[in-house]
Amino acid sequence: MCLGVPGKLIEIAGEDPLFRVGRVDFAGVIREVSLAAIPDARVGEYVIVHAGLAISRLDEEEAQEVFGYLDELARIEEATPRPEAPNPKPQTPNHAFHE
Amino acid sequence: MTVPNDTSTPQTPNPKPQTPFVCPIPKQQYENIVLAHGAGGRLMHNLIDQVFAKGFGNPLLETDHDSAVLEHNGVRLCFTTDSYVVNPIFFPGGDIGTLAVCGTVNDLAMSGARPLYLSAGFILEEGLPITTLQRIVQSMQATAKEVGVAVVTGDTKVVERGKADGLFINTAGIGICEKDLKIAPRQVREGDVLLLNGDIGRHGMAIMALREGLRFETTIRSDVAPLWGMVEALLDAGIEIHCLRDLTRGGLASALNEIAKTAGVRIAIDERSIPVRDDVNGACEMLGLDPLQVANEGRLVAFVKSEDADRALEIMRGHPLGEQAARIGQVTAGASPLVTMNTVFGAARIVDMLSGDPLPRIC
Amino acid sequence: MRFMNEYRDGAYAERYRKAIAKVQTKPWTLMEVCGGQTHAILKYGIDQLLPPGITLVHGPGCPVCVTAVELIDKAIEIAARPGVTLCSFGDMVRVPGSRNDLQAAKAAGGDVRIVYSPLDALRLAQENPKKRVVFFGVGFETTAPANATAIIQAKQRNINNFSMLVAHVRVPPAMEAILSSPNNVVQGFLAPGHVCAVMGCAEYEDIARKYKVPMAVTGFEPLDILQGIHICITQLEQGRTDVAIQYARGVLREGNIAAQRLMQEVFTVIPRKWRGIGEIPESGLALSERYAEFDAERLFGLVDYSVEESTECISGLVLQGNKKPVECPAFGTRCTPETPLGATMVSSEGACAAYYRYRNIS
Repeated sequence: MCLGVPGKLIEIAGEDPLFRVGRVDFAGVIREVSLAAIPDARVGEYVIVHAGLAISRLDEEEAQEVFGYLDELARIEEATPRPEAPNPKPQTPNHAFHE
Repeated sequence: MTVPNDTSTPQTPNPKPQTPFVCPIPKQQYENIVLAHGAGGRLMHNLIDQVFAKGFGNPLLETDHDSAVLEHNGVRLCFTTDSYVVNPIFFPGGDIGTLAVCGTVNDLAMSGARPLYLSAGFILEEGLPITTLQRIVQSMQATAKEVGVAVVTGDTKVVERGKADGLFINTAGIGICEKDLKIAPRQVREGDVLLLNGDIGRHGMAIMALREGLRFETTIRSDVAPLWGMVEALLDAGIEIHCLRDLTRGGLASALNEIAKTAGVRIAIDERSIPVRDDVNGACEMLGLDPLQVANEGRLVAFVKSEDADRALEIMRGHPLGEQAARIGQVTAGASPLVTMNTVFGAARIVDMLSGDPLPRIC
Repeated sequence: MRFMNEYRDGAYAERYRKAIAKVQTKPWTLMEVCGGQTHAILKYGIDQLLPPGITLVHGPGCPVCVTAVELIDKAIEIAARPGVTLCSFGDMVRVPGSRNDLQAAKAAGGDVRIVYSPLDALRLAQENPKKRVVFFGVGFETTAPANATAIIQAKQRNINNFSMLVAHVRVPPAMEAILSSPNNVVQGFLAPGHVCAVMGCAEYEDIARKYKVPMAVTGFEPLDILQGIHICITQLEQGRTDVAIQYARGVLREGNIAAQRLMQEVFTVIPRKWRGIGEIPESGLALSERYAEFDAERLFGLVDYSVEESTECISGLVLQGNKKPVECPAFGTRCTPETPLGATMVSSEGACAAYYRYRNIS
């Protein structure tokens, strides 16, 4: 059960970070969610919610990466000359990789 | 532990598992009744087969439909019964009374019968405010008037505090089949087109939102509605309807699986054609539920002869309860009963009946 | 639904399918660790899109199925005690213990309630001071921050009628157990995206280095999984063994420090028994001494309760007459006493069981 769902933080309440809660909007359905794990959460952000607690914020820029990766692959394809055989090792976008 | 891609590489040897994971499949046999036995899914069907069908077995019961069509002196009467135990008794879009009338009327309509008379038996919990009961009765009367039925007989019992969630209602309904058309699962034929009258999942999620332990804010309202008017329009237009099924507990998935099994057919539906509201989707995603398995109370699937499908769809769309009506699939050829769905990806997956009960009682 | 539906686009799936087919030249076996990923693969037919040379093995990342039988029995035992309300995630109530499940316990008179969050259980405890409210805390590291928060809140607000039956399991030791088995066939992993959103990637980088396996920390939508597969296959073809973050929109390399702090405050690492596998060292989380007053096992005197766990797979249940062979999706095909199936079957509500039940028909 790693059901983590993205929702938009529309309201924050509570001074004490441990007890701070947010109202999160999931496509029109709103649920109160604990923000104890995202002490610097801001209204308007998207968060990933699991079992009533926001476990991570959603990086809207990185959200495009799934699509950008394919475009990058295509770009590398075009730039790489292709011999008949053997199959050359394709490059892949590096920015997502860690040693 | 491996999953071989056996459909594409029959020669690939089945690799030995490295760790003996054991799969704890949910039990199918219990000594006592559990809530899941009322969920409209596999457990409930097992109970019906093993206890009720076995105990009462007769050909009429074996038609396996929402209501029984009884022939007497040339007249085809339709007879059904239902019980309503929904909690909470008031919910956005209706109450247990609206449900009771609509549910019973709909069961009759699913055999193509004009609903005529209802009975209403009440089991009241000690402590229920009489004003609450009056509200429910008013709801029932308003709905009954809308459909053109009358509550002609009833019963009243009271049980001690704690033995009923406010109140339970049992109904029976009588209707009359005015057309010769036989409408039942066994009339379904290969090539029949499936028509759905609107978006799914509203009732179940409207109720869920009110559940303690699951509470969420939403404007989703139950879709509870009487479907006879729309069915009547289809019958009057001479549409060759083979089967009708209202979608209740267990949702679209369970209804289609029931029909596939009784009729011995395969059904293929298209995910893209099934309307689901954004907020219903949002609620389902949040709770990890499949909209196909969520309850409805104002939705039906019609299996019509393929040549009549376009006309039937037009008629449905002309009715207030069918504005979003859609063609969602077809009955296909196949050796054993199965319901499959073409996903948004274009791959086909099995649509299974609800197995247990992730939802508390909802109707 | 934003940040969800976009990742279910068929046209992009097709582009990924082509890209994967293009990069793959040798047969490879990948494991997706998380049950949620398995569910997406089967629901969207992702395995049907892959070239024949790529085999997906479904991992043990479903806490519901790996929770030890004795813990379920303890939950049932607790639920049966008078004055107790046992709260649980919905997925757990139909998982069989050694004799029964929580649903049967409810039928027998236990107060068993389904909640969405441990914080709902805590609220229930606050609102019902006369009841002893126990939360059945199953889950991987993804769920641990929520459980930790509930415990810390309970302590700060003196909600003394609240306690937790902690059943947490940790992913990295399970992966190591798989990789160090002599029969291991897994060559690359789709690492669990939400676990890593909490814990970060360090433990996975250690494993990748030690066992020389590439990994993609992957999300749960179909395009996430396809991208994760492409990343892994590319690495395998290139002979690399890095940990790449596919799920970049939700995962930072260091994870969620605040969440980790909550967990460290409340939990310690212990050995844990996994259903069907046995004990894996350092693979569980338990309440630390400081929070022992919230430990349901201690409060209800169940610490030394131990169950002789039967390791028979579903065919064993068939032979005992608890299940008809035809009801077992893989009986006689993939599931036999020699080759038992894994975690996927528990999500019998959805695509998984149906997939196995009918695969040979289609």
